[in-house]
Amino acid sequence: MQMERTIPAETRTKRGLFRTLLDQKYLLFMSVPFAIVVFIFSYIPIWGWTMAFQKYRPSRSFFEQEWVGLANFVKMFEDPNFYLALKNTLGMSVLGLLIGFTMPIIFALMLNELRNGMFKRFVQTVSYLPHFVSWVVVSGIVYKMLSTDDGPVNQLIALFGHEKVQFMAKSEYFWFIVVLSDLWKELGWNTIIYLSAITAIDGSLYEAAKVDGANRWQLMRHVTLPGISQVIIILLVLSIGHLIAIGFEKQLLLGNPLVSDASQVLDLYALKYGIGQNNFSFGTAIGVINSVVGLALLFTANGFFKKRTGESVI
Amino acid sequence: MSQSPYRNNFQKPTLSDRIIDMVILTVMVLVVIVTLYPFLNVLAVSLNSSSDTVKGGVTIFPREFTLDNYRTIFNFGSIPRAFLTSILRTVIGTVTSLLACSMVAYVLSRKDFMFRNFLSRYLAITMYISGGLIPFFILIRDLHLMNTFTVYILPGLVNVFFIFMIRSFIDGLPYELQESAKLDGANDFTIFWRVILPLCKPVLATAALFIAVGQWNSWFDTYLFNGSNPDLTTLQFELMKILQSTQTGQDAVNGNDMAKQMQQVSPESIKMAITMVTTIPILLVYPFLQRYFVAGMTLGAVKG
Repeated sequence: MQMERTIPAETRTKRGLFRTLLDQKYLLFMSVPFAIVVFIFSYIPIWGWTMAFQKYRPSRSFFEQEWVGLANFVKMFEDPNFYLALKNTLGMSVLGLLIGFTMPIIFALMLNELRNGMFKRFVQTVSYLPHFVSWVVVSGIVYKMLSTDDGPVNQLIALFGHEKVQFMAKSEYFWFIVVLSDLWKELGWNTIIYLSAITAIDGSLYEAAKVDGANRWQLMRHVTLPGISQVIIILLVLSIGHLIAIGFEKQLLLGNPLVSDASQVLDLYALKYGIGQNNFSFGTAIGVINSVVGLALLFTANGFFKKRTGESVI
Repeated sequence: MSQSPYRNNFQKPTLSDRIIDMVILTVMVLVVIVTLYPFLNVLAVSLNSSSDTVKGGVTIFPREFTLDNYRTIFNFGSIPRAFLTSILRTVIGTVTSLLACSMVAYVLSRKDFMFRNFLSRYLAITMYISGGLIPFFILIRDLHLMNTFTVYILPGLVNVFFIFMIRSFIDGLPYELQESAKLDGANDFTIFWRVILPLCKPVLATAALFIAVGQWNSWFDTYLFNGSNPDLTTLQFELMKILQSTQTGQDAVNGNDMAKQMQQVSPESIKMAITMVTTIPILLVYPFLQRYFVAGMTLGAVKG
């Protein structure tokens, strides 16, 4: 993200800073108030990381807080619940990466093969739909679809003569339920970017390959896939950066007490200890680890990408 | 849309072509069914008499059609008020955020703006580092924004992603337009308001859709900050409460007595009617805005 400095030299020297400020007063009015809002809601919380190194008491000012060094982190690394949360976080995000990342690519390749434009647009419109619905609604739908009473999934299972499965009450299914409902919600949406990348591929490449006698499989493998590989890699790097920051929305809404050993993720863990038990310092320490590991992953992935291609994603 | 580049105009489709087409067609039909069925099922149940729904087996058509469930929820405790709050936060939140983001985007697009590089980096940093949940929670509390409507509007007012998205759109506009306006004596705000904003309609429509959907779908800020204030809860939050109270009972507990009990508290059909009411506004707008958001997504993604 580099920008060229194009401030004319005479602006700076002849007229001076004050004159420029006056000249650009409207631009300042249009940006400074919002910069302050960003400062309050984005920068002050980063400053709040100091809490992780304190025994934070809300009633005291910053200078009166008791500093405890890494005690909160030590406590966290000694807590078995932290490892459970870490395991669940990584489990769901790696599974999500395997399924939620590859399926949209395959789906985009398939959509691109559809010859009927009307049908293609219909499929796309339908597949975007769940993206716009809230996770609250999706969780309700998932519960309904997987219910043992009247859920179509269990009806299908029963149709084939198997026992009905209590999907929402068994921890062993929870990761898959989260990942697959995420896939259901975002499959169509995540294909948009691949489809637009496919559109940008030079048509003469296809012509040339066809002249060389390539069939559809070969066109897909040797023209389309390489054509979108750049986009795939960029998105992969970004996903790796988000590996640990999977949030808590799905886990909170789809989880229930019976599956808590599979639904507890780092953010929920922070929420539970931080806000639920008023242990703000401990909760912040979890959040700090979460952010730092996320950033480290992002920069590592980006570093590899840069080494290979000489370009940077971030 | 143009024809698929794979189409070979001078050859008849081979057997393998046909097989590929069949497989793809099957997959597509399956995707459509799996995506649409749950919505149609929810719609059917919400339009079915709730005493009949208990018997089970409603698929995509209501068996005993009635609008009673919808009538009920519009007299149902806090639902009508929550519906209003959701609409208010969506409208106010979208308009204010769109204005704020487009103003900052315009300022950033001005290459002569003295703090341009600083502002750009200052904003970009927040995309990578955030303080996290707990410091944010404490900040909101210390600012006395708990139990206020403002908490729905102010923290999300400036969205860096949309700023960069709008800016890259403005960057594509010819600069001569601004220059000629300046010659006519327009000041920077007038240029923004009268020249830039009207030209930005496509990208503003995209951003507005995203912001509005985000506002409408948001429930966690209510849960965290306004959950104890019955005057400020939103539709999503009320739905969440109703669903959570029954879900934990329904399949989680083995005995069906509990589930039956819960169903009497708020019958399946009522729950589904509330689900539909939280979904319908989105279903109504999104097909019309589709061409915008596809363009917007690509625009935002290219610029990172």
